[in-house]
Amino acid sequence: MDANFEAKLARNENIEPKDWMPDIYRKHLIRQVSQHAHSEIIGMLPEGNWITRAPSLRAKMVLIAKVQDEGGHGLYLYTAAESLNISREELLEQLHTGKAKYSSIFNYPTLTWADIGAIGWLVDGAAIMNQVMLQRTSYGPYARAMVRICKEESFHQRQGYEITCKLAAGTKEQKEMAQDALNRFWWPTLMMFGPPDAASSNSENAIKWKIKRESNDQLRQRFVNQTVPQAELIGLTIPDKNLEWNEAKKGYDFSDPDWKEFNNVIHGNGPCNRERLGARVKAHENGRWVREAAIAYAEKRKQKAAAYQ
Amino acid sequence: MTKQEALFNYCLRLADTSLILAQRNAEWCGHGPFLEEDLALTNLSLDLIGQANSIYQYAAQVEGKARNEDDLAYHRSEREFLNTLIAEQSNGDYAKTILRQFFCDTFDFYFYAELVKSKDETLSAIAEKSIKEITYHLRHTSSWVERLGDGTEESHTRMQDALNEIWRFTGEMFEMNEVDTILIKEGIAVDLNSIKSKWESKSKEILDRATIKIPANAFMQRGSREAKHTEHLGFILAEMQSLPRALPDAKW
Repeated sequence: MDANFEAKLARNENIEPKDWMPDIYRKHLIRQVSQHAHSEIIGMLPEGNWITRAPSLRAKMVLIAKVQDEGGHGLYLYTAAESLNISREELLEQLHTGKAKYSSIFNYPTLTWADIGAIGWLVDGAAIMNQVMLQRTSYGPYARAMVRICKEESFHQRQGYEITCKLAAGTKEQKEMAQDALNRFWWPTLMMFGPPDAASSNSENAIKWKIKRESNDQLRQRFVNQTVPQAELIGLTIPDKNLEWNEAKKGYDFSDPDWKEFNNVIHGNGPCNRERLGARVKAHENGRWVREAAIAYAEKRKQKAAAYQ
Repeated sequence: MTKQEALFNYCLRLADTSLILAQRNAEWCGHGPFLEEDLALTNLSLDLIGQANSIYQYAAQVEGKARNEDDLAYHRSEREFLNTLIAEQSNGDYAKTILRQFFCDTFDFYFYAELVKSKDETLSAIAEKSIKEITYHLRHTSSWVERLGDGTEESHTRMQDALNEIWRFTGEMFEMNEVDTILIKEGIAVDLNSIKSKWESKSKEILDRATIKIPANAFMQRGSREAKHTEHLGFILAEMQSLPRALPDAKW
């Protein structure tokens, strides 16, 4: 059986839920897919924070639709994770108890409207780098969820860039707001690709099993190369003194993010870790009576229907 | 009051109600009782803002003073907003939010079905588009009113408490003034008397199925037709309008 699994990977065929797979592959995927799903759901919070304050009706509609897409992505991804024999209830339990992680970027606060632009432009831009690669990931349901998600994410990235462009071309206060958001989100965005390859504990297996097809550092480099000209085009400055074009590697040299900060945020000490998880736990607890009522009502209907037969 | 002034006022009444209700529902985004319902409520909010946006655009055109839809939403004060009182009430628990939305959906369902027949072509077209969305909203909220009312003991109590709390804001949805008189004569506005009994019987049908009781002898609050609101509205606007008010020269 094991040979069959290896052979499928070698032929670049998808592994499907009914196929045999090594337990460690299944566990790795549950961790990664659920982490991805949780990130979508937690990610609704920093952006949701600005829905009631979006500065125009159009901006409000675009933002609501975007946050709604994130929730939808969470749904497909939970479904993909469930195909690996774990229930949504268990997945949420892992999130709420802190056992499962989510993307650290969402532990940073959205302080101004420009942060909504920065999240779309930078954070979704970085997420796309990962997700485009994941369309070719070896697990079928995850790869297919990703194809759908990528289409919407690239739309979000353009919308975020559009917000930033408008601010950068706006009044003095607006331009300052845009630069400030870039300054604050640049480093946490670079951290989204994960630790440097030399220090990444999960990467080696992920590449061997074709769950990941490119390394953290490769993706990070590609993101920097793509984003620097976008910032220059609208007159914003990347907050890195060492940023420089390197003709030999046909890419930018750039500084290392502060990995101490990264580890701190991962270990619960980011500016909003408590708030984000607290909000999710509270929503789940406050919603318990609603979920129980729905079950009780369905049960009553079933009994009534049975009584009529 | 001229016909033009009446029409402008009438549009604001509709658009303000949709916007404020959307704003309230959007507060749930990311905090709903479970993911599917979170998405449903957010979707509802999006539809309502869409409606508000179209009606404000038309209001701006009717007014003819070079204001646009955002000026109308972001640069009017609490004594100028004409949304119904029920729309601005706080979310409370999910029972209150769902019941508030159910009463508004039931109103909108019958109201927009009549507005389709308006002699004003723009309002008729907006109504035609809205009615599809509203039909879905009403199906959703009425099923939840029933489910929560006839679910567990706790959910039943919460629904009954919610009904006791917000029933008093349902009466003024049907109040008419000079604006209505002028526009009904022109065949533009809906005679709210004609939809009141439909609203009552639909509400009663669903509340009966939900096994919750309308409070007896409830006093009906009023005031929104004269832009006299509850204390909630000032805070909703302070939050919603903060950025365009802080940077009035900025374009977004």
